[in-house]
Amino acid sequence: MAILVQFVIGLIFGLGLIVSGMSDPAKVLNFLDVGGIPAGTWDASLAFVMAGAVAVTFIGFNRVLRRARPFFAERFFLPTRNDIDPRIVAGPAIFGIGWGLAGFCPGPALTALGFGSSSAFIFVAAMCAGMVLARFVAHLPSLTRFVAPADPLET
Amino acid sequence: MVATSFTPMASLVGGVLIGLSAVLLMWAKGRVAGVSGIAARLFPPYEDGEFAGRLAFVAGLVAAPVLVRLATGSLPSQTIEAGTAILIVGGLLTGFGSVWGSGCTSGHGVCGLSRLSTRSLVATVTFMAAGMATVFLTRHWS
Repeated sequence: MAILVQFVIGLIFGLGLIVSGMSDPAKVLNFLDVGGIPAGTWDASLAFVMAGAVAVTFIGFNRVLRRARPFFAERFFLPTRNDIDPRIVAGPAIFGIGWGLAGFCPGPALTALGFGSSSAFIFVAAMCAGMVLARFVAHLPSLTRFVAPADPLET
Repeated sequence: MVATSFTPMASLVGGVLIGLSAVLLMWAKGRVAGVSGIAARLFPPYEDGEFAGRLAFVAGLVAAPVLVRLATGSLPSQTIEAGTAILIVGGLLTGFGSVWGSGCTSGHGVCGLSRLSTRSLVATVTFMAAGMATVFLTRHWS
């Protein structure tokens, strides 16, 4: 039952990406293209995606987290770190470059697989390789001496 | 580049659906709906017994356009201009960076900001700025 529910939750997320236009890399790149503001090609739509998503999540999390426990789990798993280390800047900087190059972030890239284009498959294969590499590097003993997060994948 | 039209209402509704999904996952499993974290944990090392649930979530993401096509007979436009080399480099950087920075647009940008997390605010400002700088360089630098 919990598995089916998680499938439906993923489905709603994917539908949100499609309805919002985020599944179209051209739209994402036109949002990131602030240099296109003078020419009128800037597409501000993505700001509305963020606004809608954050508003609902902000209100919803506040209500859900007042419950004793999740419906299908023993406890809530929330990130607890609040330190600003080099990785919280370096990681997003690297991700942002990749996002700006192809116009895909991880969610829309996975949803793009269902559109059936070969480009999406190439991007997702490379993305998965990058993810595996990052986890491998993060788990190297020589590195964990310096950066010691118990869970490198907090979100 | 391909011109796209400004769609504030559709984007807002889509954003609400994304938020609804994040709230439902927190309600059901008590976990943050961070796509990069969920996708990365489909590969070893496995730290917990949540593989099947994560696979189901990703399957839902992939099934969404299939469902839309079945229901409406068509799909909204999707223009991927990047060539193979850019797709590979962009994919590697996106995968590595999102895991290295503990999250992507969903984990930091939606869930983290909603939790008023300072780390997620730093991450979101950084990947937005890096994305904008990259597009500026590729489109306007000559």
